[in-house]
Amino acid sequence: MKKLMLGNEAVARGLFEAGCRFVSSYPGTPSTEITETAAEYDEIYAEWAPNEKVAAESAFGACVEGARSFTAMKHVGLNVATDLVFTASYTGVNAGFVIAVADDQGMHSSQNEQDSRHYAASAKLPMLEPSDSAECIDYVKLAYELSEEYDTPVFLRLSTRVSHSQSLVELGERTEIPVKPYVKNPAKYVMSPANAMRRHPAVEARTLRLLELANSDKINKVIRGGTKIGVIASGIAYDYAREALGDQASYLKLGMLFPLPTDLIREFAASVDKLYVIEELDPIIETHVRALGIACQGKELFSLIGEYTVTDIRAKLLGVPGDPVYAAEDVPVRPPVLCPGCPHRGLFYVLNKLKVSVSGDIGCYTLGAAAPLSAMDTTIDMGASISMLHGRIKANPASAKTTVAVIGDSTFIHSGLTGLINVAYNNSPATVIIADNSITGMTGHQPNPATGVTIKNQQTNAVNLEEAVRACGVRRVRVVDPYDTEALETILREELAAEEPSVVISRHPCALLKSVKRGKPLTIDADKCRRCRMCMRIGCPALSFETGHASIDASLCVGCGLCKSLCKFDCIG
Amino acid sequence: MLNIMIVGVGGQGSLLASRILGSLFISEGLDVKLSEVHGMAQRGGSVVTYIRAGENIASPLIPTGECDVIISFEKIEAARYLPWLKKNGMIVVNDQKISPLSVLTGAAEYPDDILDKIEKKGVKLIAFDALGAAAEAGSERAANVALLGAASREIGFSREAWENAIRSTVKPAFVELNLNAFEIGYQHS
Repeated sequence: MKKLMLGNEAVARGLFEAGCRFVSSYPGTPSTEITETAAEYDEIYAEWAPNEKVAAESAFGACVEGARSFTAMKHVGLNVATDLVFTASYTGVNAGFVIAVADDQGMHSSQNEQDSRHYAASAKLPMLEPSDSAECIDYVKLAYELSEEYDTPVFLRLSTRVSHSQSLVELGERTEIPVKPYVKNPAKYVMSPANAMRRHPAVEARTLRLLELANSDKINKVIRGGTKIGVIASGIAYDYAREALGDQASYLKLGMLFPLPTDLIREFAASVDKLYVIEELDPIIETHVRALGIACQGKELFSLIGEYTVTDIRAKLLGVPGDPVYAAEDVPVRPPVLCPGCPHRGLFYVLNKLKVSVSGDIGCYTLGAAAPLSAMDTTIDMGASISMLHGRIKANPASAKTTVAVIGDSTFIHSGLTGLINVAYNNSPATVIIADNSITGMTGHQPNPATGVTIKNQQTNAVNLEEAVRACGVRRVRVVDPYDTEALETILREELAAEEPSVVISRHPCALLKSVKRGKPLTIDADKCRRCRMCMRIGCPALSFETGHASIDASLCVGCGLCKSLCKFDCIG
Repeated sequence: MLNIMIVGVGGQGSLLASRILGSLFISEGLDVKLSEVHGMAQRGGSVVTYIRAGENIASPLIPTGECDVIISFEKIEAARYLPWLKKNGMIVVNDQKISPLSVLTGAAEYPDDILDKIEKKGVKLIAFDALGAAAEAGSERAANVALLGAASREIGFSREAWENAIRSTVKPAFVELNLNAFEIGYQHS
């Protein structure tokens, strides 16, 4: 029976059916649900790792030991994992090893829109790209076959619109693949220069063998339609092109993005009048086609930036205007905001009040950059808050009194610890705030090593943040509840004044956690309200000033009391 | 091809409505694709789910000017996605106002007459208090099913097919509640 399935759930289904035994990942939109769903299959061991590098290395260890293994990450997560990836390309595998990387064209939930296909070419690893959920299942199975047949890790490239779209799939049975025996083989797995020198030719030979596969019709497919327009596309861009042009065009649908075919492209190009390459982000296929000496149109028509649309493809290739029937109404924008009761709100309120410069990081708390809290100066990558603060203080020692780092608990475990060791070791009097909401919030409530709970909701060993911070060499460690803004402010003033590294753990669980009880909604006594707007400084979605005085939306308020603690006229209760 | 969008504010929960629609379309033997928003926008931002049913659907997203029915959980969200509506398309909207932060702080104004403006463009509009309708049926949580009920006449299919889709999607304990909410919504169409 056919079933609707999210692309990410279908990848997990593919893992189940392909006999995968080991999954290790770090959450990252739009890849997160793959690992969450994999954890629901008892046949698969699944875990959250502290970061993508650890996850990829753990999965690769399982592969070397003989189990089909897997890791998933978002595009920027691959930047963290590549140290393993580039050399695992040389060693090859024992059992199959698949690395899923989900790009985020349009930056729905990311800090850049880098194109992961570059990594496949530079690490010389085959990369498959499905267009819908059915292909997600098929390509995972195919990836394992290729991985074992060609002795290589295999990339599975996804994108937001494939990962987070549902389409129909047919479910298959699981093929049990026994764990292969592990055989010691230093020439293959000890990548000393001498051994690596002997492995490199194997990589180049493998790419040539994969090129033969690329030129066959096993993965890359020609779909014949009209011959006036020929389109080369893959993944979600193929879906858009297919809908825009239908049978008016012929298509070369690339299921494999590295290596790219040669003869197949030549044959296809010769069979159509005009050739277009439709690929979101960088002109990777287009550059390859041009290098073959074949004329095509790509980026002179379509953008390097953001997502494509059916309407735009139709307009550019068929000249069909895409004007909407009803023009947009000018309505206020609705960007995401910190939730009512969010513990980060008190922290950013105090940071704003202290007028400090905030070296920020990646997570829900990045929303602290928005008005009216406006308490974040930089957000770059996972862990950069602490390391960048260190650099700022060394460049300008006086900034130690006016600058802090803010990093979440999960991000601190991911990449903050090493930055903090640098702060302690090279002794900058930095003030580092760990915004500990006891969960990985932005990606949808995944447990992390500081929570003491596994992906399967079982109790486990927990990182004690206070002890970890002290073990890094930091002597000044303070813990405070950010709902208590007075105490938080006092502590921050003391730590900013201190002449040595300090860590302030701002600890209160995420208001959305099921274990956190919602308080009774607060109300405002309109007669007492002096319209000072003090409560409006915290940017709470439950508070408004639309009626000429402060009022609270009882359906949103969780009774955290932050506004009440700020009101000087005692009108909130 | 049938194109439906469910729009609203992150956290309002459109999941049940889109699952019921998916189940309905599958039981009618149609191809279905559906696109959702996860991640950052769920934190109180504007969110949209695209649902498409027909034969061999390629793109999971609905092009502008091609949406048959927009189901909106909030008033200005209905207006935000107007360019997606096709000529003579319908908007079914929960008559609820959720102010974005810029309005709450006084930096922007909420256009209280937004539904009138939409109607003046000649758009077919059904607006009602879906939370109230759901509360009448037994729980505000069934508001999305009340909206579905109001949209069901425009979307088509037999009443039996809709009821079966609800039965096969919601937990047995909540079937009656949701069927009631659906019926109250239907009365608004």
